Amino acid sequence: MTSPLLQVEDLCTHFFTRAGVAKAVDGVSFSLARGEILGLVGESGSGKSVTGFSILGLVDPPGRIVTGRVLFDGRDLASLDDEKLRAIRGKRIAMIFQDPMMTLNPVLRIDTQMVEAVLAHSSVSRQAALERCRQVLSMVGIPAPDERLASYPHHFSGGMRQRVAIAIALLHEPDLIIADEPTTALDVTIQAQILAEVQKLAAQTGTALIWISHDLAVVSALADRIAVMYAGRIVEQARAADVIEAPLHPYTRGLIDSVPSRNRRGSPLRQITGMAPSILNLPKGCAFRLRCPRADSVCLEAPSEVEHRPSQWARCFHSHLADARADVLA
Amino acid sequence: MTAIMDIAGVSKRFVHELDTAERIARALGARVEERTVHAVEAVDLTIASGEVLGLVGESGCGKSTLGRMVAGLLTPSEGAIRFRGADIAKLTGKAARESALKVQMIFQDPMSSLNPRLRVGTIVGEAPVVHSIVTRAERDGYVAEMLSHVGLDPEMLRRYPHQFSGGQRQRIGIARALAVKPEFLVCDEAVAALDVSIQAQVLNLFMRLRETFDLTYLFISHDLGVVEHISDRIAVMYLGRIVEEGPTEAIFAAANHPYTQALLAERPVIAPGKRQFSTIRGEIPSPLKPPPGCHFHPRCPHAFARCRTERPALREIAPGRLSACHLNEAS
Repeated sequence: MTSPLLQVEDLCTHFFTRAGVAKAVDGVSFSLARGEILGLVGESGSGKSVTGFSILGLVDPPGRIVTGRVLFDGRDLASLDDEKLRAIRGKRIAMIFQDPMMTLNPVLRIDTQMVEAVLAHSSVSRQAALERCRQVLSMVGIPAPDERLASYPHHFSGGMRQRVAIAIALLHEPDLIIADEPTTALDVTIQAQILAEVQKLAAQTGTALIWISHDLAVVSALADRIAVMYAGRIVEQARAADVIEAPLHPYTRGLIDSVPSRNRRGSPLRQITGMAPSILNLPKGCAFRLRCPRADSVCLEAPSEVEHRPSQWARCFHSHLADARADVLA
Repeated sequence: MTAIMDIAGVSKRFVHELDTAERIARALGARVEERTVHAVEAVDLTIASGEVLGLVGESGCGKSTLGRMVAGLLTPSEGAIRFRGADIAKLTGKAARESALKVQMIFQDPMSSLNPRLRVGTIVGEAPVVHSIVTRAERDGYVAEMLSHVGLDPEMLRRYPHQFSGGQRQRIGIARALAVKPEFLVCDEAVAALDVSIQAQVLNLFMRLRETFDLTYLFISHDLGVVEHISDRIAVMYLGRIVEEGPTEAIFAAANHPYTQALLAERPVIAPGKRQFSTIRGEIPSPLKPPPGCHFHPRCPHAFARCRTERPALREIAPGRLSACHLNEAS
């Protein structure tokens, strides 16, 4: 077997605030093969975005990576200095953000920004750089790329801006793209367009993707594997179909079951009681304990990630109860 | 079934008036014109007492503008909105105040609709005191009762909005609306900002309150799953017009309008296995310059010559089902 493209080992990113230490990411491990799409799912504050930022070394103080390794193609990104990281960012690993206005400079024309991004990593002529820009813009389905290159970001609609952001990510044919909620701000029909492009591109270029989202529905349609995060930890990871069809962790089960379309119309939705704990003040043991119908005294210890079924891991002492599915939500 | 809310031929236009520089430029012969956004165009809709009408559409389709007009926050440019038979724009004095109390609105972002400097007790209790629903002395007891209706601890009435989580804040917004004993709630993307597990809790709350207080909802959302779950009937908007209307189950079983069909086909559903997204072409056109004829024709796979010139009327295609599409007549 070939070695994985990305291997994250026991990553801990903590934020040292005046109110205490926020363990935004607390012992996250996963690996990603070349060309694979990993869906990283969780609710707000679960640490999914911070995981993405940590891989690229984009965590700002008061946050920092406390322990853990991020092996990308055999090199530990967490130990590289800024100079070396910069050579990788944008070239071998690219990132797409939720709000494309975060990526695009509002006062520069698209061609200026894109050519700059090309020249940052390769010494080609301006002409060749422009040619490359045209190429990627048409790859992401932007009609009349020549005209569009001479426009400013505010000339574009939200969906078009996100396409430009994706095009910029593709400029250097990266091995890995980290996409943080890239379609959350878009309308349903535009989201479908972007997802279709991404599927096509991933298949064509063999780029691996980490798709960070709160939307299980999008992720289940797109990803090869899914990792579910809760309070800074991955509570379950497996092949996408296994997570959706037979989730082991009660939180995953609860997330799937509380989606309206999985319930009979008009009947009360099956809901997870309570709310996510503050990461400043996590309960002892399993963080999901207080909302979990399976919880008992065993859960006062923190569960470790165990492979309960072939290539399906979960952090739960009671995973064997997953088959008797009625237990979770009343 | 009696209609509690009757929206008849309602349009809303927002006109961007010329500033001084533009007026001078025009006087000198430059071609500068006032820009008009047709946010809502000749919408007819009735909502029966006790029903939940889901209003679906993508951003910029005018659904929020329509909701705000129903709640009395905007006045229609044309047409009338009648609540219990009375045109709310024409009411004055006591009748206007009473009708305004009966229709309340719940907003998407509870943080920007709750005053951060007021305690929950004041936020929820101010209006009922002003409108003499309770006396000042009874206020705290009344607020506590409202808070327990929405699933909040009555002890929390001395707290400020920032001390609550997103889901709890949305509950405060609901309690505030309920405190003036409304009959009709306009919920504008009321669960869109919430996490999935919290969204389920709040949706359940909406359904429970409907039973308890005998409420009627206009439930505005872009999320088809949410609307399908909670609504009895659905109206689909596209660029200021209603393109399809009917009972929820009938529309989800067999949508008639090509736009509704596309929306339903593209909505992501949780299912094992990857799926291929196919897309409707093009973008949502700008409401500043909507296409002529049927607004959807530039993106519609079935468009023909007539669609480019003539606006399709919203016609009955089956009992209780309306659709605005020329295809229904061609066949």
